[in-house]
Amino acid sequence: MLDHLLTALAALRANKVRSVLTMLGVIIGVLAVTLLVSVGDGARAYLDQTLTSIGTNLLTIQPGRRETRGGFGPPAGNVAKPLTMDDVQALQRQAGLLRGVSGTVTGGGTLRYLSRERDSLVFGVGPAFTELRNMNVDVGSFIREEDVTSRRRVVVLGRTIVKELFGDENPLGKPIRVADGRFRVVGVMESRGTSFGFDMDDLVYIPVTTAEDLFAQDHVTQIITAARSKEDVKGAMAEIDQILARRRNGQINFTVQSQDDLMSAFGTLTTGLTWALLAIASVSLVVGGIGIMNIMLVSVRERTREIGVRRALGATRADILWQFLIEAVALAAVGGLLGLGLGFGIVALTNRFAPEIPLKLSPWIAAVAFGAAFVVGVVSGVVPARRASLLDPVDALRYE
Amino acid sequence: MSAETPKVGDMLLELDALERVFPMGDEPVHVLKGITFQIRRGEYVAIIGPSGSGKSTLMYQIGCLDTPTSGTVRLAGYDVRDLDDEDLAALRNRFIGFVFQSFNLLPRTTAVDNVALPLRYAGVGIRERRARAREALVRVGLAQRAEHPPERMSGGERQRVAIARAIVSKPDLLLCDEPTGNLDQKVGREIIDLFEQLNDELGSTVVIVTHDMAIARRARRVIRVVDGLIAYDGPPNAANTGD
Repeated sequence: MLDHLLTALAALRANKVRSVLTMLGVIIGVLAVTLLVSVGDGARAYLDQTLTSIGTNLLTIQPGRRETRGGFGPPAGNVAKPLTMDDVQALQRQAGLLRGVSGTVTGGGTLRYLSRERDSLVFGVGPAFTELRNMNVDVGSFIREEDVTSRRRVVVLGRTIVKELFGDENPLGKPIRVADGRFRVVGVMESRGTSFGFDMDDLVYIPVTTAEDLFAQDHVTQIITAARSKEDVKGAMAEIDQILARRRNGQINFTVQSQDDLMSAFGTLTTGLTWALLAIASVSLVVGGIGIMNIMLVSVRERTREIGVRRALGATRADILWQFLIEAVALAAVGGLLGLGLGFGIVALTNRFAPEIPLKLSPWIAAVAFGAAFVVGVVSGVVPARRASLLDPVDALRYE
Repeated sequence: MSAETPKVGDMLLELDALERVFPMGDEPVHVLKGITFQIRRGEYVAIIGPSGSGKSTLMYQIGCLDTPTSGTVRLAGYDVRDLDDEDLAALRNRFIGFVFQSFNLLPRTTAVDNVALPLRYAGVGIRERRARAREALVRVGLAQRAEHPPERMSGGERQRVAIARAIVSKPDLLLCDEPTGNLDQKVGREIIDLFEQLNDELGSTVVIVTHDMAIARRARRVIRVVDGLIAYDGPPNAANTGD
C-alpha cells in the first residue's frame, strides 16, 4: 500500500501543473465548505454570546394569549387585558422562584439639555432591571424603589446620550427635558456597545411609573423577570402563570416566554443556515470530483502503454486498480488539505484583522470537509481505475 | 518449483501444437497454426520471420501475456492455461525479463527506480530493491547514470536501463522484442554484445524476436516463423536469410 502511495505521489509530481489544476476543484470545494460553515457557526456563536450577555434565565411576560411556545413574542399593543404595575407587585410579593421583577414601558422622546436636542428611546424600568439585564451604573445611581413608588422625574443616561448632550460636562444633577417633562440626571450607565446592530448606549432609563405618566398610559408594555437558576425556569414560568391567572379569574391572556425559547428559535435558524450553506458548498466539491474523474480517465488513456509494461513486469490487475485509485484519492486528499489550510488561514486572518465578522472554524467541519474530499477522490477514482485494471496487457503494450 | 537448483540444459519452455485464433467478426484470424518447440536453459535463440508472420503473437505467448486458443505453453513446468490472471502476473514477474523495442521506461523516473520496478511487484522492500537495481545497472555499465531519468539519456543508454530492469529479478528467461529496432547499428551491436555476455557469464536463457538477420546470425539457434508455422529451426548458418 505504501508502494502504491509512493507511485501515486510520483505520478502527481511528474505532472505538477495538471495535478494542481485538477486539485483546484477540490481545493475550492473544501475552502467553500470550511468558509461557509464558518459563517454559519460564527453566526450561531455570535447569537449565543449576544443573547447570554443580556442576562441569564430571563423571562418576559407580554400581554395576549399565544399557544405556541418558542419563536418571537406576540405583536405588541391592542390586547384585551394589559399588564399593570399591580401585576408587577403581585409577582414581586408572591413568586418564590424569581430573582427580580421589573415592569417596562417603552417610548420615544426628544431629550433636551440647554440648546442641544437628541431623539432617543426612553425605557421605563424598575430597580431590578440592572441586575436582570447584567448592566451596571457607571456614575451616580440607577432608578430606585422610591423613585418608582413616588413617580419621580429622574433619568439615567446611556453613554452615547451623555457624549452628545453634555460633551465633557458632568451630567449628574443636571436638569434635562425628556419628552417635554422636566427630569434630573441621577446616573450614567456603563457602556454596552452594540447588540444586533443597535447602539445599547443610545438609551435613557426613567422609573416605570413615571414613564406611564409621561406617555399617558395605565399599563406596562411588558414585564421582565428571571428565574433564580436554570433548573427553576420551568417552575418559575408555572408560578407566573398561576399568580397572574389568579388575578384574571383564571384566564390566561398573557404569554410568558423564556430566553431559552428565543435561543432555540435562533438556534433553529442558524442550524438551518449552516446546512443550507453546506449544501451549496458541496456542489463545488462534486464539481471538483468530476474534474478528477475526467483527468484520471485521460491519464489512464495516456498511460495505456505504461499499464501494459507494468502488467508485463508482474503487476496484477489489483495492483493497477490500486495504483490509479490511490492516485485519485491522493489528488483529492492533497487538494482537501490545501483547501483546509487556505480556509484556516482566511479565518485566522479575518478573526485577527476584521473581528467584527463572526467566523468560527470548528474542528468537526475540518474533519467533515477532509472526509468529504477523500470520499470524492474514491468515488471519482473508481471508474478510471477499474478501466485501467481491465486493460488486456497485450492490447495495452501495442497501444500507440 | 522443484527444490533442486535448475541447471543449464534443463527444459525451460515447451510449446506444443500452439494455436492462436483472434475472433474478428465473422472471419476469425488464425495467426498461429500449430507451433511446437522447446527451449532449454542457457540457450540463445533468435525467432525471425517477416512482418505478419505471427512472431509478435508468438512472443506474447512465450511471455505469458496471452493464453493459447489451443495447444500448450509450459514455462518452467507451469502450463499457462492452468493459471489465472494473478498467477500469470506472478509467473511473468518471477521467470521472465522483458526488453522492448521502444524501451518502455517510465518517464520522469530515475534509472534506478525504473530498474527496481519488477522487484516492487515481487514484494521486495524498497531498500533492497534499490540496492539490487544498482547492481543491475553496474552489470549493464550504467552505474554512474543511476539517478538520471531516461529522457536525459541516449537510445543506447535507455536500452541498457531496460535490460537492467529485465535482469534485476534474475529471471530464467530474457525475452527481447526487436531490442535494437530503435538504435543505430553500432549501438545495436553493443546491446547484442551485452545479451551474449549475459548468456555466457550468467547462463541466462535469451530469446530475441527480430527481423534483423545480422542479429539472428549471432544467435546459437534460429527459429523461423512463416505464416503461423515454423519454417526452420536450427543453427543460424543454415537459416534461409531471404525474408
